[in-house]
Amino acid sequence: MSVFPEQGMVRAEQQAADTPSERGSFQVVAARELPRLYRLARRLVGDEAEDAVQDALLKGYRAYASLDDEVAAPAWLTAILVNCCRDRARAKGRRVEETELNEADDFSLYRTIAAEDPFPYSDSLHLDFLHQFGREDVRAVLAELPELYRLPLVLCYCEGYQVKEVAYLLEVPLGTMLARLHRGRKLFERTLWDYAERHGLLKENAKR
Amino acid sequence: MITCAEAVRQLWEYLDGVVEEADREKIEEHLSFCRRCCGELDFAEELRRFLAQPDEPDLPADVKARLLATVTELEERA
Repeated sequence: MSVFPEQGMVRAEQQAADTPSERGSFQVVAARELPRLYRLARRLVGDEAEDAVQDALLKGYRAYASLDDEVAAPAWLTAILVNCCRDRARAKGRRVEETELNEADDFSLYRTIAAEDPFPYSDSLHLDFLHQFGREDVRAVLAELPELYRLPLVLCYCEGYQVKEVAYLLEVPLGTMLARLHRGRKLFERTLWDYAERHGLLKENAKR
Repeated sequence: MITCAEAVRQLWEYLDGVVEEADREKIEEHLSFCRRCCGELDFAEELRRFLAQPDEPDLPADVKARLLATVTELEERA
Protein backbone atom coordinates (compact mmCIF):
# COMPACT_ATOMS: atom_id res chain seq x y z
CA MET A 1 0.00 0.00 0.00
CA SER A 2 1.17 3.51 -0.65
CA VAL A 3 -0.34 6.89 -0.03
CA PHE A 4 2.26 8.43 -2.26
CA PRO A 5 0.86 9.45 -5.61
CA GLU A 6 2.39 7.67 -8.58
CA GLN A 7 5.98 8.87 -9.06
CA GLY A 8 6.06 10.15 -5.49
CA MET A 9 5.70 13.51 -3.87
CA VAL A 10 7.22 15.47 -6.72
CA ARG A 11 4.40 14.45 -8.98
CA ALA A 12 1.84 15.58 -6.42
CA GLU A 13 3.50 18.97 -6.26
CA GLN A 14 3.54 19.12 -10.05
CA GLN A 15 -0.16 18.35 -10.21
CA ALA A 16 -0.79 21.05 -7.67
CA ALA A 17 0.92 23.57 -9.92
CA ASP A 18 -0.89 22.38 -13.04
CA THR A 19 -4.42 22.04 -11.76
CA PRO A 20 -5.23 24.07 -8.70
CA SER A 21 -8.28 22.47 -7.15
CA GLU A 22 -10.94 23.47 -4.69
CA ARG A 23 -9.58 22.81 -1.19
CA GLY A 24 -11.52 20.75 1.28
CA SER A 25 -11.37 21.84 4.91
CA PHE A 26 -8.82 20.20 7.19
CA GLN A 27 -11.71 18.55 8.97
CA VAL A 28 -12.83 16.78 5.79
CA VAL A 29 -9.30 15.63 4.97
CA ALA A 30 -8.65 14.46 8.54
CA ALA A 31 -11.93 12.55 8.77
CA ARG A 32 -11.16 10.72 5.53
CA GLU A 33 -7.63 9.77 6.61
CA LEU A 34 -8.33 8.89 10.25
CA PRO A 35 -8.84 5.10 9.93
CA ARG A 36 -5.61 4.68 7.99
CA LEU A 37 -3.62 6.98 10.28
CA TYR A 38 -4.88 5.24 13.39
CA ARG A 39 -4.03 1.78 12.02
CA LEU A 40 -0.51 2.93 11.17
CA ALA A 41 -0.05 4.50 14.60
CA ARG A 42 -1.20 1.25 16.27
CA ARG A 43 1.54 -0.58 14.42
CA LEU A 44 4.16 2.03 15.26
CA VAL A 45 3.42 2.94 18.88
CA GLY A 46 0.76 0.45 20.07
CA ASP A 47 -1.35 1.79 22.93
CA GLU A 48 -0.18 5.37 22.35
CA ALA A 49 -1.79 5.41 18.91
CA GLU A 50 -4.65 7.76 19.82
CA ASP A 51 -2.24 10.27 21.41
CA ALA A 52 0.10 10.07 18.41
CA VAL A 53 -2.75 10.72 15.97
CA GLN A 54 -3.92 13.62 18.11
CA ASP A 55 -0.39 15.11 18.03
CA ALA A 56 -0.40 14.71 14.26
CA LEU A 57 -3.80 16.38 13.88
CA LEU A 58 -2.67 19.38 15.93
CA LYS A 59 0.52 19.76 13.90
CA GLY A 60 -1.30 19.13 10.65
CA TYR A 61 -3.98 21.68 11.43
CA ARG A 62 -1.39 24.38 12.08
CA ALA A 63 0.49 23.63 8.86
CA TYR A 64 -2.46 22.89 6.58
CA ALA A 65 -2.41 26.34 5.01
CA SER A 66 1.13 25.72 3.77
CA LEU A 67 0.14 22.51 1.95
CA ASP A 68 0.03 23.26 -1.77
CA ASP A 69 -2.70 20.87 -2.78
CA GLU A 70 -5.06 18.40 -1.20
CA VAL A 71 -3.80 15.62 -3.51
CA ALA A 72 -0.65 15.46 -1.39
CA ALA A 73 -2.58 15.45 1.91
CA PRO A 74 -2.47 11.68 2.61
CA ALA A 75 1.32 11.48 2.16
CA TRP A 76 1.80 14.74 4.00
CA LEU A 77 -0.30 13.65 6.99
CA THR A 78 1.47 10.28 7.01
CA ALA A 79 4.85 12.02 7.23
CA ILE A 80 3.61 14.15 10.13
CA LEU A 81 2.19 11.12 11.92
CA VAL A 82 5.37 9.06 11.47
CA ASN A 83 7.32 11.95 12.99
CA CYS A 84 4.98 12.12 15.97
CA CYS A 85 5.22 8.34 16.44
CA ARG A 86 8.99 8.47 16.22
CA ASP A 87 9.14 11.20 18.87
CA ARG A 88 6.96 9.11 21.17
CA ALA A 89 8.91 5.91 20.57
CA ARG A 90 12.19 7.73 21.15
CA ALA A 91 11.05 9.31 24.38
CA LYS A 92 10.10 5.88 25.68
CA GLY A 93 12.66 3.51 24.28
CA ARG A 94 16.27 2.75 24.94
CA ARG A 95 18.66 4.64 22.66
CA VAL A 96 20.53 2.35 20.32
CA GLU A 97 23.69 3.21 18.46
CA GLU A 98 23.72 2.11 14.85
CA THR A 99 26.89 0.08 15.34
CA GLU A 100 25.62 -1.92 18.27
CA LEU A 101 24.29 -4.89 16.35
CA ASN A 102 27.30 -6.41 14.66
CA GLU A 103 26.81 -9.63 16.52
CA ALA A 104 23.30 -10.04 15.13
CA ASP A 105 24.42 -9.30 11.57
CA ASP A 106 25.47 -12.87 10.89
CA PHE A 107 22.46 -14.56 12.43
CA SER A 108 20.34 -16.59 10.02
CA LEU A 109 16.96 -17.75 11.26
CA TYR A 110 16.67 -20.11 8.29
CA ARG A 111 19.90 -21.91 9.18
CA THR A 112 19.19 -21.84 12.92
CA ILE A 113 15.82 -23.55 12.43
CA ALA A 114 17.41 -26.16 10.13
CA ALA A 115 20.27 -26.83 12.56
CA GLU A 116 18.20 -26.91 15.75
CA ASP A 117 15.37 -28.88 14.09
CA PRO A 118 12.72 -28.09 16.70
CA PHE A 119 10.02 -30.26 15.05
CA PRO A 120 11.76 -33.49 14.03
CA TYR A 121 8.63 -35.01 12.43
CA SER A 122 7.82 -31.98 10.32
CA ASP A 123 7.99 -31.92 6.52
CA SER A 124 7.83 -28.11 6.50
CA LEU A 125 10.04 -27.16 9.38
CA HIS A 126 10.43 -23.46 8.56
CA LEU A 127 6.74 -22.84 7.96
CA ASP A 128 5.83 -24.75 11.10
CA PHE A 129 8.16 -22.48 13.04
CA LEU A 130 6.33 -19.36 11.78
CA HIS A 131 2.94 -20.94 12.44
CA GLN A 132 3.73 -21.13 16.15
CA PHE A 133 3.42 -17.36 16.37
CA GLY A 134 0.03 -15.79 16.99
CA ARG A 135 -0.73 -12.12 16.32
CA GLU A 136 0.05 -11.17 19.89
CA ASP A 137 3.42 -12.90 19.65
CA VAL A 138 4.39 -11.05 16.47
CA ARG A 139 3.36 -7.76 18.04
CA ALA A 140 5.42 -8.59 21.15
CA VAL A 141 8.48 -9.50 19.08
CA LEU A 142 8.28 -6.24 17.11
CA ALA A 143 7.78 -4.29 20.33
CA GLU A 144 11.05 -5.72 21.69
CA LEU A 145 13.04 -4.11 18.87
CA PRO A 146 14.56 -0.64 19.38
CA GLU A 147 12.63 2.13 17.62
CA LEU A 148 15.56 2.79 15.27
CA TYR A 149 14.95 -0.61 13.64
CA ARG A 150 11.29 -1.25 14.43
CA LEU A 151 9.88 1.77 12.59
CA PRO A 152 11.55 1.04 9.22
CA LEU A 153 10.61 -2.66 9.44
CA VAL A 154 6.97 -1.91 10.23
CA LEU A 155 6.66 0.75 7.52
CA CYS A 156 8.36 -1.38 4.90
CA TYR A 157 7.14 -4.91 5.59
CA CYS A 158 3.94 -4.54 7.61
CA GLU A 159 2.58 -1.45 5.86
CA GLY A 160 4.11 -2.07 2.44
CA TYR A 161 5.83 1.25 1.78
CA GLN A 162 8.70 1.30 -0.71
CA VAL A 163 12.19 1.57 0.80
CA LYS A 164 12.58 5.02 -0.79
CA GLU A 165 9.32 6.20 0.75
CA VAL A 166 10.41 4.97 4.19
CA ALA A 167 13.72 6.83 3.85
CA TYR A 168 11.71 9.94 2.99
CA LEU A 169 9.27 9.47 5.87
CA LEU A 170 12.02 8.90 8.42
CA GLU A 171 14.19 11.63 6.92
CA VAL A 172 17.38 9.61 6.39
CA PRO A 173 19.47 8.98 3.26
CA LEU A 174 18.61 5.82 1.29
CA GLY A 175 21.94 4.15 2.15
CA THR A 176 21.34 4.66 5.88
CA MET A 177 17.83 3.27 5.51
CA LEU A 178 19.11 0.15 3.70
CA ALA A 179 21.64 -0.46 6.48
CA ARG A 180 18.97 -0.02 9.16
CA LEU A 181 16.59 -2.36 7.38
CA HIS A 182 19.33 -4.98 7.09
CA ARG A 183 20.21 -4.79 10.77
CA GLY A 184 16.55 -4.58 11.70
CA ARG A 185 15.73 -7.79 9.80
CA LYS A 186 18.60 -9.64 11.42
CA LEU A 187 17.60 -8.41 14.84
CA PHE A 188 13.98 -9.37 14.11
CA GLU A 189 15.05 -12.90 13.11
CA ARG A 190 17.13 -13.30 16.25
CA THR A 191 14.36 -11.92 18.45
CA LEU A 192 11.83 -14.31 16.85
CA TRP A 193 14.07 -17.25 17.72
CA ASP A 194 14.80 -16.03 21.27
CA TYR A 195 11.11 -15.33 21.84
CA ALA A 196 10.15 -18.82 20.62
CA GLU A 197 12.68 -20.37 23.01
CA ARG A 198 11.58 -18.24 25.95
CA HIS A 199 7.86 -18.86 25.40
CA GLY A 200 8.04 -22.59 24.77
CA LEU A 201 7.00 -22.37 21.11
CA LEU A 202 9.64 -24.84 20.02
CA LYS A 203 7.83 -27.95 21.19
CA GLU A 204 5.92 -30.23 18.86
CA ASN A 205 2.75 -29.97 20.96
CA ALA A 206 2.95 -26.18 21.31
CA LYS A 207 1.48 -25.77 17.84
CA ARG A 208 -1.61 -23.59 17.77
CA MET B 1 30.59 -15.74 -9.01
CA ILE B 2 29.33 -14.79 -5.54
CA THR B 3 29.38 -16.91 -2.38
CA CYS B 4 26.32 -18.11 -0.46
CA ALA B 5 27.05 -15.57 2.28
CA GLU B 6 27.09 -12.73 -0.24
CA ALA B 7 23.89 -13.95 -1.90
CA VAL B 8 22.04 -14.42 1.39
CA ARG B 9 23.10 -10.99 2.64
CA GLN B 10 21.33 -9.39 -0.33
CA LEU B 11 18.19 -11.55 -0.58
CA TRP B 12 15.83 -9.08 1.08
CA GLU B 13 17.20 -6.16 -0.89
CA TYR B 14 16.73 -8.33 -3.96
CA LEU B 15 13.08 -8.90 -3.02
CA ASP B 16 12.69 -5.20 -2.20
CA GLY B 17 13.93 -4.39 -5.70
CA VAL B 18 16.74 -2.14 -4.46
CA VAL B 19 19.84 -4.02 -5.68
CA GLU B 20 21.83 -2.76 -8.66
CA GLU B 21 21.20 -4.53 -11.97
CA ALA B 22 24.66 -6.16 -11.94
CA ASP B 23 24.14 -7.49 -8.39
CA ARG B 24 20.68 -8.76 -9.31
CA GLU B 25 22.16 -10.81 -12.12
CA LYS B 26 24.82 -12.26 -9.81
CA ILE B 27 22.20 -13.23 -7.24
CA GLU B 28 20.00 -14.86 -9.87
CA GLU B 29 22.95 -16.76 -11.28
CA HIS B 30 23.78 -18.02 -7.79
CA LEU B 31 20.17 -19.02 -7.15
CA SER B 32 20.09 -20.95 -10.42
CA PHE B 33 22.36 -23.64 -8.97
CA CYS B 34 22.31 -23.23 -5.16
CA ARG B 35 19.45 -25.12 -3.54
CA ARG B 36 20.21 -23.95 -0.04
CA CYS B 37 20.04 -20.29 -1.04
CA CYS B 38 16.73 -20.97 -2.82
CA GLY B 39 15.53 -22.30 0.54
CA GLU B 40 16.70 -19.05 2.14
CA LEU B 41 14.84 -17.09 -0.54
CA ASP B 42 11.60 -19.05 -0.01
CA PHE B 43 11.88 -18.48 3.72
CA ALA B 44 12.54 -14.75 3.23
CA GLU B 45 9.34 -14.57 1.17
CA GLU B 46 7.41 -16.46 3.86
CA LEU B 47 8.75 -14.11 6.51
CA ARG B 48 7.64 -11.11 4.45
CA ARG B 49 4.13 -12.54 4.07
CA PHE B 50 4.12 -13.25 7.79
CA LEU B 51 4.96 -9.60 8.57
CA ALA B 52 2.42 -8.26 6.07
CA GLN B 53 -0.54 -10.04 7.68
CA PRO B 54 -3.33 -7.61 8.50
CA ASP B 55 -3.15 -7.09 12.17
CA GLU B 56 -4.65 -4.05 13.79
CA PRO B 57 -8.36 -3.62 14.50
CA ASP B 58 -10.41 -0.89 12.82
CA LEU B 59 -10.62 2.57 14.31
CA PRO B 60 -12.90 2.20 17.37
CA ALA B 61 -15.97 4.50 17.30
CA ASP B 62 -15.11 6.22 20.59
CA VAL B 63 -11.54 6.98 19.48
CA LYS B 64 -12.86 8.30 16.17
CA ALA B 65 -15.33 10.57 17.95
CA ARG B 66 -12.64 11.97 20.26
CA LEU B 67 -10.20 12.64 17.42
CA LEU B 68 -12.86 14.31 15.26
CA ALA B 69 -13.88 16.43 18.24
CA THR B 70 -10.26 17.64 18.51
CA VAL B 71 -10.37 18.83 14.90
CA THR B 72 -13.79 20.45 15.29
CA GLU B 73 -12.56 22.31 18.34
CA LEU B 74 -9.50 23.57 16.43
CA GLU B 75 -11.65 24.81 13.56
CA GLU B 76 -14.13 26.50 15.87
CA ARG B 77 -11.37 28.24 17.78
CA ALA B 78 -9.89 29.65 14.58
